[in-house]
Amino acid sequence: MTFLIPKAVSRRSVLRGAIGGTTVGVALPFLDAFLNDNGTALAATGAPLPLRFGTWYWGLGHTPGHAITPKTRTSAGIDFLEECKALKPHEQYLNYFGGFNMPLDGRSNYTHFSGWVASRTGSAPSSNSEIPAPTLDLLVADQIAKNTRFQTLDVTAAGIARENYSARSTNSRAAAEASPEKLYQRIFGFEFADPNKADFKPDTRMVVRKSVLSGIGEERRTLFRKLGSSDRARLDEYFTSIRQLENQLDVQLQKPAPNQACAIPVSPRRDGPEQNMPQGLEVDTVIANHRMMAQMVAMAVACNQTKVFNVVFSDNFSHMRRPGQTYTHHLLTHEETQDKELGYQPVAFWFNCRTMEGLATFIDAFKNIREGSGTLLDNMLVFAATETNYARVHSLDGVPVFTIGRAGGRIKTGLHVVGNGDPITRVGLTAMQVMGVPIDSWGTQSLRTSKTITEILA
Amino acid sequence: MHRGFASLLLSLSLLVLAACGGRAPKTSGAEPGARLLTEPQYRSIIADVFGLQITIGGTFDPLVRTNGLLTVGASLARVTPAGFEQFDRMARSIAAQVTDPAHRDYLIGCAPQDVARPDDRCAEQFLGRVGRFLFRRPLEREELATRVAEARRAAVELGGFYDGLAASLGGMLVSPSFLFVIDVVEPDPDARGSMRLDAYSKASRLSFFLWGTAPDEELLRAAAQGELHDRRGLERQAERLLAAPRMEAGLRAFFDDMMAFEDIARIEKDSIIYPAFSAAVASDAREQTLRTIMRVVLEENGDYRDIFTTRKTYVSGALGRIYHVPVDRPDGGWTPYEFPEHDPRAGIVTHVSFTALHSHAGRSSPTLRGRALRELLLCQKVPDPPGNVDFSKFNDPHSPARTARERLSVHALQPACAGCHKITDPVGLGMEHIDGAGQLRTAESGVAIDARGSLDGIEFADVGGIGPAMHDNPAAPACLVDRMYAYATARPTQRNERKYVKYLEREFARDDYRVPALLHKIAISDALYAVRPPVEPSPAFARNTP
Repeated sequence: MTFLIPKAVSRRSVLRGAIGGTTVGVALPFLDAFLNDNGTALAATGAPLPLRFGTWYWGLGHTPGHAITPKTRTSAGIDFLEECKALKPHEQYLNYFGGFNMPLDGRSNYTHFSGWVASRTGSAPSSNSEIPAPTLDLLVADQIAKNTRFQTLDVTAAGIARENYSARSTNSRAAAEASPEKLYQRIFGFEFADPNKADFKPDTRMVVRKSVLSGIGEERRTLFRKLGSSDRARLDEYFTSIRQLENQLDVQLQKPAPNQACAIPVSPRRDGPEQNMPQGLEVDTVIANHRMMAQMVAMAVACNQTKVFNVVFSDNFSHMRRPGQTYTHHLLTHEETQDKELGYQPVAFWFNCRTMEGLATFIDAFKNIREGSGTLLDNMLVFAATETNYARVHSLDGVPVFTIGRAGGRIKTGLHVVGNGDPITRVGLTAMQVMGVPIDSWGTQSLRTSKTITEILA
Repeated sequence: MHRGFASLLLSLSLLVLAACGGRAPKTSGAEPGARLLTEPQYRSIIADVFGLQITIGGTFDPLVRTNGLLTVGASLARVTPAGFEQFDRMARSIAAQVTDPAHRDYLIGCAPQDVARPDDRCAEQFLGRVGRFLFRRPLEREELATRVAEARRAAVELGGFYDGLAASLGGMLVSPSFLFVIDVVEPDPDARGSMRLDAYSKASRLSFFLWGTAPDEELLRAAAQGELHDRRGLERQAERLLAAPRMEAGLRAFFDDMMAFEDIARIEKDSIIYPAFSAAVASDAREQTLRTIMRVVLEENGDYRDIFTTRKTYVSGALGRIYHVPVDRPDGGWTPYEFPEHDPRAGIVTHVSFTALHSHAGRSSPTLRGRALRELLLCQKVPDPPGNVDFSKFNDPHSPARTARERLSVHALQPACAGCHKITDPVGLGMEHIDGAGQLRTAESGVAIDARGSLDGIEFADVGGIGPAMHDNPAAPACLVDRMYAYATARPTQRNERKYVKYLEREFARDDYRVPALLHKIAISDALYAVRPPVEPSPAFARNTP
């Protein structure tokens, strides 16, 4: 099977599409000709290329002492050890944050849960299901993604749709897309408007849908008179979701800007009786699905379908396994015997290495798409994190975080940032500020911080 | 009529005669709420209204299990933008199928004078008829006029009557009146200053409880005529629903939720370690257990506790390979089967649906099984594992554990672990003669398995003792009552209802643990329909409401 081989896009046909004339509005294109001399901004307005934000999640942390060499002070250069050696070629796009902690203020450490909730919401949960505040990706999406087709794209290679580490609250958590085929259909199916197609005609069906949705919005007031206060708040979120879909339709009714970076990938659907891609948690399946999904998400970003995404490589209890083995990745971290000579659990370490290779694959997917004078990575920021430093003991001190991308030149890269025990929320706060979220502090109790990590700011 | 319904009707008659078990404690219920349809409810409604041939794609946002049930979690669920997008996608797909040439003739019930043009008469007829089932109440005149106008506008824009109708139907399927089961209240004429659910809200509550779907024509009629506000009228409808074949699907939906079977579809077993396990096994395992429960509680109107001890069950070809039972059914159908006396397996806890669901991909898990048994079937909360365990104790290189008992014995050395593991492991270790795929075994890693176990003071030699221990555990029927009442109200049980639930537990015992009797008691109770007046919105909130 071939996958994601971009269809050749003729520059001439792209320009013809733009010039060919249409009665609908044409958004500003990202073709080189329309960029400034440096390829970093739109020539017509001087506005910078759009910023995008994403998260990448992996379960079960690192093998301490075998992933990244610790430092005592922040400086350039990340010393990638065996577990992370796949990331070395990408150092120029990475920052590593070590030595940041997650104080829980006496709350339990709900294993493999408290960690991701604290780092992504800024608050420690009080139960093993509570998500006390919106995750940072949604705060960024509220800021930058109101007028994109998808407010966020959430995908998981770990096969479990509900394991999506993006939520507005405990009871407001979208399912992640776990099937490559369905993800493809959702992004590039019949509702996708190819920006490089010469002709564009607004789909009348979308006009009708928008009208129908507007009618539903008018039911709000009548409905609210019937409900108690908590249900009104819940219904309010439903109506907000309708408005988001209306925004999405608005975007799709506009002619998309010609976009050289956007090349529709080939569908992952197989022919023949086995039409569905393999699903499951065998590690090779996870890796293959993740590669496809990363490429699709990257192209969705390049094609301006979304500005915010969440990708899960493995879930927080990483159920990945090798064929014929009784132990999953998670069980190994607790029950595998530590090799005295190596100083670690060798099979759990093996899984961790595959995971970091997965991160390298993810970076490649974005790095391989050119935009302006650079790549997509120049205009985005990805918060890549896990829920524990060392899964064997569920440690929450020194939980590793990477950022990927240069956020439109707003941050420096190639740095190893030392936290000295500061709350991990400093990373999230800085990431959100870089993305333009107007906050000067974030988090609750000991996780609350107003200290931006200025060392990474350009 | 279903084989068991005759005995059910008889028992209900006896119930009426014997209704002398003391007065039910008064409850004041909860504020009127809006509950998101669960995935099974959504699917049932679409199948009931449009038929099973209409397919439903799409992904539902995950619900948080609350009071042990996803149905209760739905009362707190919100709709995310991605979740709404999925609802919209499903709605358009359903509407397109309903109006396509293959289905329109028998589903729409009228035809336009010109398929290329709007037809208000036919649109009104169809949308009014379908809307009544989807919204669980008649559409108000203005509401219906709006829907018809939408169909008209869309027909003009899209150039055809059926496209217009599909657009309007699609809108109904993403309307809050469809997606949320909304309690509507009105002043209670029998109790000054109090509120009551209106008749249609009562009909929905009754129907979702007993049938797992929206009210049917007869129940809507009874609501329209005010019969549900009359005790005899309510009883007549409840008994009709209880006696109908559709009741089985409703009860299955309850047990499916209580047993957390939503996860069974994604059970993944290692194909090298468990070559006999397949997706068909997982699917059939769910069906086996539901069939077994239905036989005990519905067909035979038996003692609920017998689901833990019954040797009678059903097997399919796929399950036969796991149970090592020959099944001579080339058509893939089901065969009644009774585990022989010498076989330790009996009762649903020994079924593949329980033992494989609560295991790892490549091995069993006494801890997961023990936890599931306590949380799902006994309604007991097992504390979460502590976050500061020193797992180095589990990794003694000189004594590699070969069996689960050996592996778990280390927990006893860790005070932080021992507290919880002594709740889960003794019963879970008693199931070790069943491997991670649900197959019988006597050894693990070449070592004979010591499958002794215990549950709340009852000790047993192997998995054969679990059923009787569950059967005689008072927490088991109490848990069923607790879950059943929460499922009926579809919201968290309120403090003011605790005495009532205790009362139901006593009544359940008095009724010899017959589930239909419990269903009947709840269905006609005041408690099921009790409602408190809604709290008025704050002035700030009201100002911000356009």
